Amino acid sequence: MEQAATDLTRLAGHELAARIASGDVSSVEATQAHLDRIAAVDGELHAFLHVNDGALEQARAIDERRARGEQLHELAGSPVAIKDVLCTIGMPSTSGSRILEGWVPPYDATVVARLKAAGLVALGKTNMDEFAMGSSTEHSAYGPTRNPWDPERIPGGSGGGSAAAVAAFEAPFAVGSDTGGSIRQPAAVTGTVGVKPTYGGVSRYGAIALASSLDQVGPVTRTVLDSALIHDVIGGHDPHDSTSLDREWPSFTAAAREGAASGSLAGLRVGVVKELDSEGIAPDVQARFQETVQVLTDAGAEVVEVSCPSFEYSVAAYYLILPAEASSNLARFDSVRFGLRVEQQGQTVEDVMAASREAGFGPEVKRRIILGTYALSAGYYDAYYGSAQKVRTLIQRDFDAAFEQVDLLISPAAPTTAFKLGEKINDPLAMYVNDITTIPANLAGIPGMGLPMGLGDDGMPVGLQLLAPMFEDERLYRAGATIEALLAERWGGILTSRAPALRDAASGGSSGTSTNGAAA
Amino acid sequence: MSEITREQVQHLAGLARIALTDDEVTSLTTELSQIVDAIATVREVAGDDVPATSHPVPMANVLRADEAGETLTHAEAFAGAPSHDGERFRVSAILGEEQ
Amino acid sequence: MKAKLMDFDKALELFEPVLGFEVHVELGTSTKMFSAAPNPAHPEFHGAEPNTLIDPLSLGLPGSLPVTNETAVRYSISLGLALGCQIATSCRFARKNYFYPDTPKNYQISQYDEPIAFEGAVEIELASGRQVTVPIERAHMEEDAGKLTHVGGSTGRIQGAEYSLVDYNRAGVPLVEIVTHMIFGAEHDAPELARAYVGAIRDIVLSLGISEARMERGNLRCDANVSLRPRGSQQLGTRTETKNVNSMRSVERAVRYEIQRQAAILADGGTITQETRHWHEDTGETSPGRPKSDADDYRYFPEPDLLPVEPSRELVEELRAALPEQPVARKRRLKAEWGFSDLEFQDVVNGDMLHVVEATVAAGAAPQSARKWWTGEIARVANERGVEAASLVEPAHVAELQRLIDERTLSDRLARQALEGVMAGEGSPAEVAEARGLKVVTDESALVAAVDEALAAQPDVLAKIRDGKVQAAGAVIGAVMKAMRGQADAARVREIVLERAAG
Ligand SMILES: [Mg+2]
Ligand SMILES: [Zn+2]
Repeated sequence: MEQAATDLTRLAGHELAARIASGDVSSVEATQAHLDRIAAVDGELHAFLHVNDGALEQARAIDERRARGEQLHELAGSPVAIKDVLCTIGMPSTSGSRILEGWVPPYDATVVARLKAAGLVALGKTNMDEFAMGSSTEHSAYGPTRNPWDPERIPGGSGGGSAAAVAAFEAPFAVGSDTGGSIRQPAAVTGTVGVKPTYGGVSRYGAIALASSLDQVGPVTRTVLDSALIHDVIGGHDPHDSTSLDREWPSFTAAAREGAASGSLAGLRVGVVKELDSEGIAPDVQARFQETVQVLTDAGAEVVEVSCPSFEYSVAAYYLILPAEASSNLARFDSVRFGLRVEQQGQTVEDVMAASREAGFGPEVKRRIILGTYALSAGYYDAYYGSAQKVRTLIQRDFDAAFEQVDLLISPAAPTTAFKLGEKINDPLAMYVNDITTIPANLAGIPGMGLPMGLGDDGMPVGLQLLAPMFEDERLYRAGATIEALLAERWGGILTSRAPALRDAASGGSSGTSTNGAAA
Repeated sequence: MSEITREQVQHLAGLARIALTDDEVTSLTTELSQIVDAIATVREVAGDDVPATSHPVPMANVLRADEAGETLTHAEAFAGAPSHDGERFRVSAILGEEQ
Repeated sequence: MKAKLMDFDKALELFEPVLGFEVHVELGTSTKMFSAAPNPAHPEFHGAEPNTLIDPLSLGLPGSLPVTNETAVRYSISLGLALGCQIATSCRFARKNYFYPDTPKNYQISQYDEPIAFEGAVEIELASGRQVTVPIERAHMEEDAGKLTHVGGSTGRIQGAEYSLVDYNRAGVPLVEIVTHMIFGAEHDAPELARAYVGAIRDIVLSLGISEARMERGNLRCDANVSLRPRGSQQLGTRTETKNVNSMRSVERAVRYEIQRQAAILADGGTITQETRHWHEDTGETSPGRPKSDADDYRYFPEPDLLPVEPSRELVEELRAALPEQPVARKRRLKAEWGFSDLEFQDVVNGDMLHVVEATVAAGAAPQSARKWWTGEIARVANERGVEAASLVEPAHVAELQRLIDERTLSDRLARQALEGVMAGEGSPAEVAEARGLKVVTDESALVAAVDEALAAQPDVLAKIRDGKVQAAGAVIGAVMKAMRGQADAARVREIVLERAAG
């Protein structure tokens, strides 16, 4: 029984889904296995802020529908973990903030509604930096999430909870949100796969907004195919989101399957962005990246260097646009209609609002709200916010020029492996420059994928980033699945299969620890 | 070197409705100065000939037909409210005037 | 403390008034500006219970997003065209950031540097026949805020209240804000011009059918800017902004008051504070509100949740072709159609009753009857109660009242009683007549019997009538009407009296 449960959590998402679809495994069994795994390891990891106590009931309902012979979605009955940034009926949705502690929305985010409609079973809500402001999940009001590969290290952020959950086999599928890398960077440092879709490819309705013009919801999984499966469920036009793209998307699942099967990158032109392959990148990350470039070349890809000179200004532009939009988006947390209220007898509503926001927001949130308020305030708008929006145009032009030469761009997904908890918490600037590799895609709106490319000198995962032109998410899945297959062939399995198993009482403790560069 | 002053931080906190402590004002004054210095580079990059991009995918005229949809019940509306009287949200006395 | 006022004519001798107006029009679409929640400014949703016309966006719930109402955009373009404005080929929404409990997101989605309509003009005609062109700077789309109720304290006003209650039904109602350029040269006509301008906007909005434009319900709200400058000076004075004056009569009074108040201060060597002021209907005064300060840093920026609106030229031309006539042209046409004398027509216009008379005629009444009701009995009651005549009774009910008279179901006197019931909310004229038992007695034999009885009781009068002193019949007619409790047709009674006296 315990053995079977362990096996189910170790399956790739698509394998588990196939076994549920065939009737080999019930949704209740699959869900129970993951709930057991959460019970066993999450005390240490803290990937979840809330575990869905209705999960088994939902699983049972799916099993009953299947038993009645209903035609169900291929993922029906599979468990999924949901980043706490998404509104969920019946489960608290806090965005990692004290100011929303215990708040249960009266509506589902479109992404959540679509997962439900496809019959996926929500395991619970995953931890995140407060309002998705951060790169380490240390800024969660409810305490940090730890990296399953080494609990002393951060799991990346802001979506550290979703990445850690799939890396630690607590969930086969998860969803996250990516404003400046919050899906791709956690994927990189936890050895998992994550995709930021083209802006507008996935609905933002019901995703608690950080920066409206940058936010995108996307999949977080252990394999490229699994991400494609989730993307196909959650993507597509939503009339509740004005910025949602009203267009036909190809099947990303089909693209991933074809890519994995082909084993070849012949004819693919790949660009290495000069500006993302420089100073700040750690030597071991650099080494894995060079090895990966060689793997691509061996598989027939033509790899060239391209230049995106304006990327140099992307972090600066990002740290103006994000705080500006966030300062406005977060104004609604005023203690009037929902959320924390801190009140003393005789106070005016103005005082109550200010006291509630003082008590409900953490230091990073306050820092960015004040910065954003500054960037928008009279006399500074043109110099800061206005200039940042122009930089955005320049970055888009850089991408346009690059994609005239190549089909895909590649770079390390993060400059270093996971750092230690607390290492950068008091140095916002050091934390900010960490996002250099992922930010340009958000500013330009283009799709990006993070996937594993080996281990660093410290035995921690190193991630590769793929970037495609706007609307060409399919290319990420096709090429990503090929690269994943080529690397897995070299490694003898996908990277997460080597993740240390944590102190897992249920598994019997197969604590295989990799030490050196897996790809070496 | 940007010169963010304490008074400026206090003014911004007022606009942002956050009752910062003195210690927070102190640390934010320093941090904000550093951050603003680091990001001030954006001012040098783009000239007047570069248009601003406020939205990554250029689109226009996303409009909705004027048809009524679902509404929230009082139970749904007030479930998360800090204070209400069953019909309306309740707040303490208001000092300022409407805009 | 009562403000010192200068005599109006004296104020105009010393100073030149400069005016400006911001008028907010609530659009009567089915749904809100940016969400599918029902719109309380639509007739179907009047009087809804608090917080029932709400959805996630109306409450600014985390994760909620705006989507623009197509009909609101069409209405805004039509209004812009009717104001003689150019329509933007591309316009954007912006966020206006400020904290206030009636504003669920703590920003208002509005338009800032790219309004949908700009640079127009409205022609108005004053009682004197003077024509004035009011220059329009812009008309932009935005959303309304919720409604606050202040509880505790003695006044029900914001000051002194213990707490406040918020209803978000109105949050998100589509608004068009119409902003004028500064208006010079109004001179003595300034107060009347203010009233006429708001009336012209109201007429335009009504003729477009885009709003009920009921000021007392807040469908139309006027902020009046007034400043004065000494005669001969080229420099503008400091202005005040009197907010949300909720009737046309009040707009006129508020402008007059501000001119008199500011003139007294300036003549004493004082200075005007740039501030918002509140109009008090009861005392006929304005009181100081919020001074303009750096707290007014609204941090506008383009709304990232919405995309530009780019009205096609085809749409603009389609809406232009469907525009109703301009108010001044309309007045000329109506005067001719109705056949009113100059005096009669001016009476209607001055009483601001053009639209109600028009609606009453449309509902079937003869123009002269419609005019008499509105400028007569209804105007008298409105004046007595200090409210707008239009708020007292529906034009269709006035037409019905006149029909009941024409059908001889009601006498003039009974009709006035029925009107009283209608104004008290007892129902339509027919319903009131039914409920109150108001009906002209048409039973001839009953009338004859009553006349005979009255003549028998007053033999001296009978003698006088027989002597040819017909005017003496009045006493008998009065007695009969009294006996019939007023429910007889006096003309018919008179005929019968003369017949029976002669018989
Ligand atoms: Mg205004
Ligand atoms: Zn306005």
